[in-house]
Amino acid sequence: MKEIRIHGRGGQGSVTAAELLAGAAFTDGKFSQAFPAFGVERRGAPVQAFTRVSDEPIRLRSQIYTPDYVIVQDATLLETVDIASGIKENGIIIINTKENPENLKLETKAKVMTVDATKVAMEIIGRPIVNTVLLGAFAGATGEVEVESIKKAVKERFSGKVGEKNAKAIQEAYDRIKGKLA
Amino acid sequence: MAVNLEDKSKMVVTEGSYAVAHAAKVCRPNVISAYPITPQTHIVENLSKFMADGEIPNCEYINVESEFSAISALVGASAAGARTYSATTSQGLELMHEVLFNAAGMRLPIVMTIANRAVSAPINIWNDQQDSISQRDTGWLQLYAEDLQESADMLPQLYKIAEDKEVLLPGMACMDGFILSHVYEPLVLLEQDLTDEFLPAYEPEYVLDPKNPMSFGAFAAPDTYEEFRYLQEQAMQNALPKIEAVAKEFGEIFGRFHGGLIDEYRTEDAEVIIMAMGSILGTIKDVVDEYRARGEKIGVLKVRAFRPFPKEQIRKAIKDAAVVAVLDKNISIGTNEGALFTETKACMYNARCDIPIIGYTIGHGGRDIRLETIAKIIEEAKEVASSGINTESQFVEVREELL
Repeated sequence: MKEIRIHGRGGQGSVTAAELLAGAAFTDGKFSQAFPAFGVERRGAPVQAFTRVSDEPIRLRSQIYTPDYVIVQDATLLETVDIASGIKENGIIIINTKENPENLKLETKAKVMTVDATKVAMEIIGRPIVNTVLLGAFAGATGEVEVESIKKAVKERFSGKVGEKNAKAIQEAYDRIKGKLA
Repeated sequence: MAVNLEDKSKMVVTEGSYAVAHAAKVCRPNVISAYPITPQTHIVENLSKFMADGEIPNCEYINVESEFSAISALVGASAAGARTYSATTSQGLELMHEVLFNAAGMRLPIVMTIANRAVSAPINIWNDQQDSISQRDTGWLQLYAEDLQESADMLPQLYKIAEDKEVLLPGMACMDGFILSHVYEPLVLLEQDLTDEFLPAYEPEYVLDPKNPMSFGAFAAPDTYEEFRYLQEQAMQNALPKIEAVAKEFGEIFGRFHGGLIDEYRTEDAEVIIMAMGSILGTIKDVVDEYRARGEKIGVLKVRAFRPFPKEQIRKAIKDAAVVAVLDKNISIGTNEGALFTETKACMYNARCDIPIIGYTIGHGGRDIRLETIAKIIEEAKEVASSGINTESQFVEVREELL
């Protein structure tokens, strides 16, 4: 089983991202579970959302303490939230920022990867909404989910042009982070 | 377990609350009345949307100003012969308290989902089961769901049990708030055609009808009141085999079985048995699998029906264990015990069986229940099996620094 924690601020769609990721993983033939940090959603406040992905049906109902992957939607959270908390040593942290990982000086043994998701979102979607974009980056960085499944989940949630633009931005983020792996 | 792998092609990834609202819809209710309260809100929002979209035919959704009015509206509607549904939690359920007795005493098969939540004060919106456990003596059937699928599947089952002419009692389908209501998972949305096959239309024996006047729950003096109470108890006892039979029939039609009155998991040769109700069972099963992999004989007893209380089935399931630990997401203040623990002990007392039973109250106000906590309880239970009871019942984790 793989566990993913998403950090964002209330209103950035962290919970939606967790749900879309669960949907995409299910499309890939896996079982999944998505849930918010219950009851603390306030616009602008730091929030978390979680996804579990497994080959077997998931029974576990506790919160996630030792994630395999962390996604950070807003780099300003690094100043106030311990986003690396509990992450496994061989885990990956994906952060939305134009900075290079080494400049962030995060104290973690996990691999840190960055992608300027805000820029991708502004260029393709026209709005600084990065939750779906970061799922593309997640697919590229981890290989845990097919990028096509992410796009399918997003297009099912957001129909028409909005869905199309999001799918394009997802592919762009996927390609960018794949490029960094090479 | 509840997931049928053959169902995978039919599954969609959706929220527990949506699955429950959908289940309520395909049960074809005639009257819905509810007042929104966290974490039940998504259920009634979805039902409102179904109504607005014309997806629930022959149904009236009565907007009210409180939970007291919601349940009162359903008492009237049910007495007039309608299939009725509501959902609530916590303070909303406590506000219904007086009317819950009326619904049961009038023998009205109202079905209600409880998105279990802690009670105030201090105010807390998170999950435990204090709210519905505190209504245990109101005469309602109470079933507790382990996962999202069961929370939905429980509704047609509960209607079928509640509306049975030998039962005719209202019922609560209890699901852990947030932990089940706000989680997205792959699940099967109940099919309308299968639900129709499983659950026929409600045909009440007695209805409020001006052309054929009769009174419901009007007045009973000391010379007759006791018999009404007796008959309610008889109805509860009649529900015991019905709950088993209905769960089995559901399994035959839908291909999923979540247990009848109870459900046993790896208890066949278990020396330690952990008992609980609701979503905590999944976490317990994961821990028990780890113990089993190491060759340790640990099992899990899911209690699905709390009212009626399945004494016989529980006795049979735990009598050969060396120790039983009962986990309760509630406490009866003044006993230092959770309700399931107290009642389990009580039903073993005259059973010529002297196994040690220990209790833990756990997860109050949504405190997360971790794998390590379950493992700690199993270790303590093993200790009791070898050297006897030291502490009979306790809070599982109290932060001493806050006291």
